[in-house]
Amino acid sequence: MNCFRLENVSHRYDRAMVLHGVDLRLQPGEILGLFGHNGAGKTTSIKLVLGLMKPSEGRVSVLDGEAGDPQVTQHIGYLPENVMFYPQLTGREILRHFARLKGASLQQVPELLKQVGLGDAMDTRTKTYSKGMRQRLGLAQALLGRPKLLMLDEPTVGLDPVATADLYHLLRELRDRGTGVVLCSHVLPGVEPYIDRAAILTNGAVKAHGDLPSLRRQANMPVTLSLEPAGTMSELEKAMEQARASTGLMMKSENGRLQVDVKPHDKMPLIRSLMASGELADISIHQPSLEDIYVHFIGAGGLAHRGGNQ
Amino acid sequence: MNAVWTIARKELSDSLRNRWLVAISLVFATLALGIAWFGAAASGQVGYASTPATIASLASLGIFLIPLIALLLAYDTIVGEDEGGTLLLLMTYPLSRSQLLLGKFLGHGLTLALATLIGFGVAGIAIVLLVEDVAIVSLAVALGRFIGSTILLGWGFIALAYLVSVRVSEKPVAAGLALAIWFFFVLIFDLMLLGILVASEGKLNPELLPWLLMLNPTDIYRLLNIVAFGDTSQLSGVLSLGSDLPVGPGGLWLALVMWCVVPLACALLLFRKRRI
Repeated sequence: MNCFRLENVSHRYDRAMVLHGVDLRLQPGEILGLFGHNGAGKTTSIKLVLGLMKPSEGRVSVLDGEAGDPQVTQHIGYLPENVMFYPQLTGREILRHFARLKGASLQQVPELLKQVGLGDAMDTRTKTYSKGMRQRLGLAQALLGRPKLLMLDEPTVGLDPVATADLYHLLRELRDRGTGVVLCSHVLPGVEPYIDRAAILTNGAVKAHGDLPSLRRQANMPVTLSLEPAGTMSELEKAMEQARASTGLMMKSENGRLQVDVKPHDKMPLIRSLMASGELADISIHQPSLEDIYVHFIGAGGLAHRGGNQ
Repeated sequence: MNAVWTIARKELSDSLRNRWLVAISLVFATLALGIAWFGAAASGQVGYASTPATIASLASLGIFLIPLIALLLAYDTIVGEDEGGTLLLLMTYPLSRSQLLLGKFLGHGLTLALATLIGFGVAGIAIVLLVEDVAIVSLAVALGRFIGSTILLGWGFIALAYLVSVRVSEKPVAAGLALAIWFFFVLIFDLMLLGILVASEGKLNPELLPWLLMLNPTDIYRLLNIVAFGDTSQLSGVLSLGSDLPVGPGGLWLALVMWCVVPLACALLLFRKRRI
């Protein structure tokens, strides 16, 4: 069973093409990170899975059914990016309303509110809630009825570091129980340890897709080695000269350590020969982070990519 | 059906919470009693004049108030949910767009119906208790007809407000358009009709003219409440066209129902096309 599957999906708003040829799927017990600049097509992809609209081309199947079918949506939890609940109602009343709509048991309402840390605030009106509290309420709402597929759009906005860590632990627990989770976020270092797979979207297409090691392979970005000389710096540099097979390595010394950027496939030969030379006292290896990989795929265009519509 | 009722239930409890229901009921009761007692003040008397005169005055006032209240109650139905972000969320629930709108209609409709029933009902009971020689049966019939048609008129304008609410994307625009609807049906329409009558200098088919009144639910409503007494002398202005209308009360009721059904059906269709 797939939690959802997009097959060669294209979508256009009016004339503007916002998605083209997207293939993406999520299996139960998996956390997928969905990344991309504003207007890359993340929200559109999510809306297609939620059944809020039909794709112009391609096929969308969700939980072995059709997107938007009531039988299917009943098992989806969704946290929108920015939701202002009904300000005159209390947290408990709002959650009860949504539980009724979802056909979920009303008994889980106080439990869920306690679980997201709103136990003390559940009977105050939400107009007094802070951004973080509204976010927690939204999360409780998404968890109603034990969803099989959970879609979270920027779930950590407004949450303090402790609450953020709690959220990620909760997601891990849900994943271990077989829930498929989609996580959209711009806080890449925060989500990096928790996602199983990442998909990077640019301009409506999937630019890169896979788990972190495979993304690193696709990106083929240099690994940074930080080397501490056993003797002097110049002896270490000499050893480097002899060891390196390929030329043109980026090297700089900093605080008595030598920083070397090396292509992934050159890494092990270099380390081996440095070890053999005996000039090495200590070594640490910095793999490119999710953020580095993201920037690599999105391109250095920076702000120019961040415009876009939708 | 369950989902429809869940939505309706929230609207109802909202209108209880924000005191709308109580406020509208109070306004209606005060108004009805005021008119019943001071309706004859122009002729130098204070006290209950007659049932037909009271109902006619109430209906004249009703056409200003009922549409306004209905439009205010309902103009932000969809656009308000959209601005708060809850429309997007609701649509990810096992709830269709039609179910959402019908639930809203049920909730708003019940709110207005309850307020009308309570407000004018209380006034009716007060009249029976305080006025000595009032004919209870004829008062009950007239008041029943008045309450029924008031509810239908209110529902019609709720549906018209939905028509605006499902179409626009900003609340202030919806409020403006709702006021425009009120302005058109309550103030402009009769003036326009009068203008057409005068300008046409009798060249228009006289059999066609009375039908034009059917294009305005507030005119149907007034006709319904005044013609029923068989005393067409109460019909003033363009409404006097109504005495030539070849449809009986049944036709008028049907027309009023159509004014609920057609805008609501159009709103449902338009809502399906809304991009969320």
